[in-house]
Amino acid sequence: MAVAKFDTLVQQLKYRVLKEVAKDYWDGTLNEKINDIPKVIAPGPKASMRCCVYKERAIAADRVKLALGGDKNNPNLLEVIEAACDECPFGGITVTSDCRGCLAHRCAQACRLNCITFGDDLRAHINKDKCVNCGLCMKACQFGAIINRRRPCEASCKIGAIHARADGITEIDEEKCTRCGQCSYACPFGAIMDKSYITQCIDIIKGAEGGKNYKAYMIVAPSISSQFHYAKLGQVITGIKALGFTDVIEAALGADMVALNEAKDLSEEGFCTSSCCPAFVRYVKTAFPELAEKVSNNLSPMAAIAKYIKQIDPSAKTVFVGPCIAKKMEVTRPDSAPFVDCVITFEELQALIDARGIDLPSLEEKPLDNASYFGRIFARSGGLSDAVKQALKEQNIDFEVKPVACSGLDQCKAALMQAKRGVLPGNFIEGMACPGGCIGGPCCLTHEVRDAASVDKYGHESKETTMLGAVNTVMADPKIASTK
Amino acid sequence: MEKVEVSICVGSSCHLKGSRDVIEQARNEISRLHLQDKVELKAAFCFGQCGHDGVTVKVNDKIIPGLTPEKIASLFEEEILPLTK
Repeated sequence: MAVAKFDTLVQQLKYRVLKEVAKDYWDGTLNEKINDIPKVIAPGPKASMRCCVYKERAIAADRVKLALGGDKNNPNLLEVIEAACDECPFGGITVTSDCRGCLAHRCAQACRLNCITFGDDLRAHINKDKCVNCGLCMKACQFGAIINRRRPCEASCKIGAIHARADGITEIDEEKCTRCGQCSYACPFGAIMDKSYITQCIDIIKGAEGGKNYKAYMIVAPSISSQFHYAKLGQVITGIKALGFTDVIEAALGADMVALNEAKDLSEEGFCTSSCCPAFVRYVKTAFPELAEKVSNNLSPMAAIAKYIKQIDPSAKTVFVGPCIAKKMEVTRPDSAPFVDCVITFEELQALIDARGIDLPSLEEKPLDNASYFGRIFARSGGLSDAVKQALKEQNIDFEVKPVACSGLDQCKAALMQAKRGVLPGNFIEGMACPGGCIGGPCCLTHEVRDAASVDKYGHESKETTMLGAVNTVMADPKIASTK
Repeated sequence: MEKVEVSICVGSSCHLKGSRDVIEQARNEISRLHLQDKVELKAAFCFGQCGHDGVTVKVNDKIIPGLTPEKIASLFEEEILPLTK
């Protein structure tokens, strides 16, 4: 059995829980075995992750609950597992014992708020009442003696939607939170986890009875090309079909459809933002409501392709798999809900494949080829902008797009502020909440430097070199080309 | 009379084997034979016939694998035209 490769042991742990839940649910034995799962995860007798095996099991039990959809009263898709939160200390900008008490005092000169003083020990001291954690002193110190002590969850959230409660446990600001999920990937203790709908996915697969009752389709995000490093993409496709899906279809084909329409809309409106990333869309709507109407009203690529599938096969059921937690929120939005029946992540797909004992590297390869190069490169930052540019060209639309490609909510925030003030150096914002685009999504199995190159390589393998080529292939009935 | 449903697979395997050209040819046949009101051309995904060379087409409930653009004229002649009469 191939071992799945994850970046961290935190992901591995979450995966093990998901796999146990998926296995027992599939076998119909979950009810009797549910209380045994924590023991499978932390067999003991010695603790290997926390202070004692009982705490490990308590946390595993919380993960089981999240694997089954989590707290129904909590509207967020991200939940803090309180027992797992290590109450990380935070001090902001801190002078460490590496301060040598030099004469230059560059740190003090760099500080614009005069927070730094020097005591009898000659070392720098920061007045925490005045310090705003700007970090200038840290950059100025030639010994690297000043550090920024931030809780990893807080540092990962670029819009300040997460903070420590008075007791040190992390709390998510439900209103502000965009569900991008970067905190869940960042937390070194695995204390933030996304709700899973893996059992719904199993219901859909089993209910189809191999296509007898209805057909189940899996829609795969283009970032899949940078995921399963231990197997070939064609083997992953065969594996997904072996689970019981009738066919595997690229969300990138939806991206082709969206880009063609978005280019038209942009040329008519003169300015808009992308609508592919649900976390970005939620961010605009909550933090920049005055720009909400500038968000393209095209469906996301996921919803566009799912809509297409349901148009040609109204009884079909669709499951999207991607690196994204926010997509689980998008499917509850009225524009996407009718088309997408379930969303799972790459982590959950891996758990499902292993729960069924499917050994990917031993399978034959099946093709995956619906979309064009341009639809496929949506997975990385800048790809959507390239696609819109190409879509203008393919449709002979005389309009010059000046894209501002943002990845990470900090970049999105900066561009949206500029747009709000009317000083954006461009006329199109490509907004992606995750760093680097979807390949930086929280539920990618791996996050590696080579991922963007993998996406481009996968893009170039596509049969269709133009978006119109890809879309015209599937539009036997051209009436269904709308992505709204 | 109900239209004859002609569904052409555009799934990955058939796409690579030339769905686009098959659809194009089917469109040509429909206009050549003036079947616009009698035949509905649709796209579909996998019919589970990926092992065959060529594209899979479903005519009403009959699955016909292994089609190439050259075989479309005879497909209309033999399978589709009789259903429109």
